Amino acid sequence: MFSPHDLVTIPFDDWMNTFVRGFLVPYFRPFFRALQVPVTEVLNTLDAFLAWVPMLVVTAVFAFMAWRIVSRNMALLAILGFAFVDMIGLWPETMTTLSMIITSVLFCTVIGIPTGILVARNDLAWKIVRPILDVMQTVPSFVYLVPIVMLFGVGMTPGIIATIIFALPPIIRMTNLGIRNVRADLIEAAEAFGSTSWQMLWEVQIPLAMRTIMAGLNQTLMLALSMVVIAALIGAGGLGLVVNTGLGRLNVGQAMSGGVGIVILAIVLDRITQGLAEPRTGGSSLREALLSFLKGQNTEAANSATAGTAAPQDKAA
Amino acid sequence: MTVKLIVKKLSKLFNDPKGEGLKRLQRGESKEHIFRETGVVVGVNDVSFEVQEGEIFVIMGLSGSGKSTLVRMLNGLIPPTSGEIWIDKDDIASCGKARLREVRRRKITMVFQHFALFPHKTVGENVAYGLKVKGAGKEERRATAINALAKVGLQDHADSLPSQLSGGMQQRVGLARGLATDPEILLMDEPFGALDPLIRREMQDELVALQKELKKTIIFITHDLNEALLLGDRIAIMKDGSFVQVGTAQDIVSEPADDYVRAFVADIDRSRVYTASDILQEASQVPYTGTAADVLKVMDENEIDTLHVVQKGKAIGFVTRYDALSVDPETPVRKLMQAEPPSVTEDVYLNELFSAAQSGVPVAVTDEKGRLLGVIAPESIFEHLIPDEEPAEDDTDGTGSPNGDEPEKAPETAVLADAGETEKEEGRA
Repeated sequence: MFSPHDLVTIPFDDWMNTFVRGFLVPYFRPFFRALQVPVTEVLNTLDAFLAWVPMLVVTAVFAFMAWRIVSRNMALLAILGFAFVDMIGLWPETMTTLSMIITSVLFCTVIGIPTGILVARNDLAWKIVRPILDVMQTVPSFVYLVPIVMLFGVGMTPGIIATIIFALPPIIRMTNLGIRNVRADLIEAAEAFGSTSWQMLWEVQIPLAMRTIMAGLNQTLMLALSMVVIAALIGAGGLGLVVNTGLGRLNVGQAMSGGVGIVILAIVLDRITQGLAEPRTGGSSLREALLSFLKGQNTEAANSATAGTAAPQDKAA
Repeated sequence: MTVKLIVKKLSKLFNDPKGEGLKRLQRGESKEHIFRETGVVVGVNDVSFEVQEGEIFVIMGLSGSGKSTLVRMLNGLIPPTSGEIWIDKDDIASCGKARLREVRRRKITMVFQHFALFPHKTVGENVAYGLKVKGAGKEERRATAINALAKVGLQDHADSLPSQLSGGMQQRVGLARGLATDPEILLMDEPFGALDPLIRREMQDELVALQKELKKTIIFITHDLNEALLLGDRIAIMKDGSFVQVGTAQDIVSEPADDYVRAFVADIDRSRVYTASDILQEASQVPYTGTAADVLKVMDENEIDTLHVVQKGKAIGFVTRYDALSVDPETPVRKLMQAEPPSVTEDVYLNELFSAAQSGVPVAVTDEKGRLLGVIAPESIFEHLIPDEEPAEDDTDGTGSPNGDEPEKAPETAVLADAGETEKEEGRA
């Protein structure tokens, strides 16, 4: 059978090798090295801080956040989970992973929200950014691990950079969506009263998009967590390293311990950020929520609206 | 009165990047024709008008007539394709962004159909939004917001969220927000369209009351002719992006420009269009110092049976023929008159006249100071509630009545007219 291969063969792999090894690495390595400096700084500070703070204090802080933002039950779960991680001897690794995740989410936020705002207000920018996001979300992460190692080397920071690439799209997409979905008549109203572009953004668009943006932040966080094990392949430490070591030695127990640690961290972080995205629904338990629902939806809706909007307003003011 | 807003030859074409549609429009091609050939949508077509300071100018049209587009061009939310919009010395159509922002901050605000209150801000913050973007301080904003809310009776709700208020209350907040920056021009885009009928009536009355005090220049958009007639000092009827007729409520009801307007006017509530001053007749009167004989003389001259007694220009009572005949001719008027004749002020609408007219005695119409301007015979109120004689003229012209309703209405008219006649005759007998 005839196939196009008989006519022309494209040495795509050679081209890519030449491009990365012959062009990017020799000419741009210093540039990429410089890029990772802020990431390294933040990571090291955070890692050192979390290693220094006693386990009980960290647990107390997380339990408090879970209690205020989600519910008392969630706070209890956080305490039990963190205690379990400590008892199986993985507390230091968990803190390393936590600092990696906070660092990557921080950079995702710093890059993602402004990008999201830009593409929401500029259709041309969105046309350019959208296919890039599609590629970022479809290319398997293993594919860009190799060039990252070549450009950034191995270690924690390259792991975080891979995580940032992997976890960035949702927050850009959700910020864009949130801002584009602000009701057209509210935009008209803001304009009709003489708002400048910035005033429109700070007073109307961002506060009203905040819930969607927080949902994007939650997605980004979850993706960052799922990247922990893969990032460990290029030298990032923490729980991912525990899992990888367990895999390499066929030590089921060790791999499992690392996995459980990741799951516990994931549940606690997910619930807290979801709580930030959704306004509180009055009662903390199912029974209370049902009761308040039966008693009167209106007062509750009003309460939740107050709770949900207080934060963005303060920021805007 | 000075002219506050001048609109000259304003047009808006959508989907017309090459200007092809505008050229065709200027050549006089029809809206449908242009759309079919080029895909260009004509939103507003060559509209010109002027609005006086302190006037409520109502733009009335059905959906798709271009009224919302027109009002959005007035504050630059939609840039016009061609034409000029002058507010004082600024042409909204051509001034720069910064200048436009200044005009919006100081001179022109808007009230929206679906309120468009910011859900994340309290009522007070919503009202103060225009001041905030201007850079006013916190205390000033708060004080102005409370002040503006007081005008619409919501000063106690400044710290509520819009979602906690009913629709009518939300639109009051929208109105307060529009008034807070003390603009010269207020654009109202179907502000009461999303409210239920009872609340709508209440809001209309409130706007009328508020306007008496504030005297803003208001451009009011509506699809409800009754609302237009109630509120508008002048009304523009819009169809297919152009004005069909511009005039006062009475002009439009009594002299519709074409069949389109006539069809609209056919079933409106005339008792809310005409005021007492529109239908009053010259009063036959006797002076306070006259006698029964004088009364009978005037009555005979004018072929009437009731006379108003006037002292210093004010109607202080009335005399009927029966009263005058049953006493000695030399009896002074003040002995035989009945005090406190039914009376109304000249700006009262006919629908408010019914109770004054129910005694059967002609109603005295007075000006603000109580001076007698004229009288309204009870039966003449009904005459003005019937659609005008135009349908009758149409009938003589031929059968081609433009409005299918009219033939059905004709007999009704006759019956009412008869009733009026008989009443008159009975009265004379």
